[in-house]
Amino acid sequence: MADLVLSGPITATPSRWRSALARGGARLWIGGGLVALLLLIALFAPVIAPHDPAEQDLMSAQLPPAFIRGGEAAFPLGTDSLGRCVLSRLIYSARTAVSVALIASLLAAVIGIALGLIAGAFGGWIDQSVSRLIDVWMAFPPVLLSIVLAAVIGAGLTSVIAAIVVVDWTRFARITRAETQAQLARDYAAAARVLGLTRAQALRLEILPNLVPLIVTLLAVEMGIAILVEVILSFVGISVTGDTASWGGMITEGRQIVYQAPWIMALPIAAVIISVIGFNLFGDGLRAALDPVQRR
Amino acid sequence: MRWSAILKRLALIPPTLLGVGAIVFVLLRVVPGDPIAMMIPPGASPADITRLRALYGLDQPLLSQFITWLGQVASGDFGRSISLRQQVFELVGARLPATLELAALAVAMALLMGITVALVGSLLRGTRAEWLLDTANGFFLAIPDFLWALILLLGFGVLLPLLPISGRLDPQLAVAFRTHFYLIESLLTLRLDVAADLLRHMLLPSLALALPFAALVARLLKAQLAEAEDQDYAQIARTRGFSRTTILQREVFPNALIPTVALSGVQVTLLLGGTVLVERIFSYEGIGNMAIDAVINRDFPLIQGLILTFAVLFIALNLAVDLLVALLDPRLRHG
Repeated sequence: MADLVLSGPITATPSRWRSALARGGARLWIGGGLVALLLLIALFAPVIAPHDPAEQDLMSAQLPPAFIRGGEAAFPLGTDSLGRCVLSRLIYSARTAVSVALIASLLAAVIGIALGLIAGAFGGWIDQSVSRLIDVWMAFPPVLLSIVLAAVIGAGLTSVIAAIVVVDWTRFARITRAETQAQLARDYAAAARVLGLTRAQALRLEILPNLVPLIVTLLAVEMGIAILVEVILSFVGISVTGDTASWGGMITEGRQIVYQAPWIMALPIAAVIISVIGFNLFGDGLRAALDPVQRR
Repeated sequence: MRWSAILKRLALIPPTLLGVGAIVFVLLRVVPGDPIAMMIPPGASPADITRLRALYGLDQPLLSQFITWLGQVASGDFGRSISLRQQVFELVGARLPATLELAALAVAMALLMGITVALVGSLLRGTRAEWLLDTANGFFLAIPDFLWALILLLGFGVLLPLLPISGRLDPQLAVAFRTHFYLIESLLTLRLDVAADLLRHMLLPSLALALPFAALVARLLKAQLAEAEDQDYAQIARTRGFSRTTILQREVFPNALIPTVALSGVQVTLLLGGTVLVERIFSYEGIGNMAIDAVINRDFPLIQGLILTFAVLFIALNLAVDLLVALLDPRLRHG
């Protein structure tokens, strides 16, 4: 009997995976492609980038992109006001974006899912206090809360990540809590209890695997959000400092010379938009691919 | 049932606000930056600094600072801004109308665009054009307000300079206002040139706030319209010979509206939160822009006052949406 349960609910056979991929459709492929591209750029930044992102060349500052008159072939997308290569900074910024996205969303997910599971599964005063905590959190303007937090911790990548985690764990907690309650009300959860599983075992073996599609989708969307928060905090002047390249930092610098050199602001905005759309499409596609209701 | 839920929500407001206040209060007190250090002139003596700390109550222990502040807030005194040296209540009162006008304009624009797109999309159901519209809608939904603000600033402020990209009113149009609701006041007093200039300044920031929200309304409403159109009453109306447009207008739309209001209403708080950055980007003089300055200047009383203001607005909006749904839904009228 116990073996039957422990074999786990998602034992995907190859055909299942194939049909899941088909269900994901174009969104999954385009989104997945964009996310993969971003990851590759981040990973191989030193190989792809034509220059050191911190290398200044004041003699060739604010050059337009090479395909516009006055541009130079050595700087395909022009230079910023310190004469740094815009393309190289864009590429290295992908590293910053990917590290913020991965670390922050995973941490937010772990905290949110843990609290959501506990609240959903145990109910009573535990659920009440977690729910109240979420209510209080939701009463904050999220942008303002992350700005205040980042200001508290001080500038830097850690600060950006901490701000995202502290603000966004509620996204995971709310949905995990609601879904846990919904799953626990189903027959299979009752069956697991009848089979003699403890509450913790039932949560780990039965409920959590059924939450996976939802969590994966939320994670993808959260990574897009994390990239946006980095831009927001840069804009307020409390993101990464010094020579570390980030899209947010580039946008902020570009805003100040937007009349003289609009491309410096436009290019990182485009990079952010493409990444965010990529994560959103990927999340949408994953939801369609993994949705257990559509699996039949 | 619904009404008792609303009463319960009302009862939860004070503890929620207390929680918000406590969290902000504690957070701010662990900030490394010293607000007093930012306001003293160079060469102030240590005695002056001590006096200033005492004046703002910063020399007290954390808990007693919090209790003092709570007592003051309860009696309507939000303290004095450290960086602007005025009463927080007055400062927020002077800036809040600007934000409310901007947000209201944004919501109105978003509803107009969202409803239009949803209706057009419903009429196009099953065609290739519908797919195109849905894809475009998804794009507008995925890009948040502050990115739209930057895109619009780049597009219509810099590349194609059609609209002003900073401030609330052209300084040359310096007119005396009796209230801080400039737009409403200038419309009521028929100073149309002033109203037009205010609107020109508000257009880009409110459009930035409106675009993602419009896309959300369009998506929700379109889904609800499709569901309502498949219901029996709509099919029966069809067999009785009414045209699709008539049914959409008279039968389907009112029924689809209620869940749309319920689902999208809560998102208005997101739009309101978005004003923080959008106001900053367009140097619009609302409370959002003020909040960022307050954080940069470590102005504790002002940050606390502003965050509480936002929290009250968020909670009030959520309640208003619930009440609106209850009013719109005939089934709940007798409840």
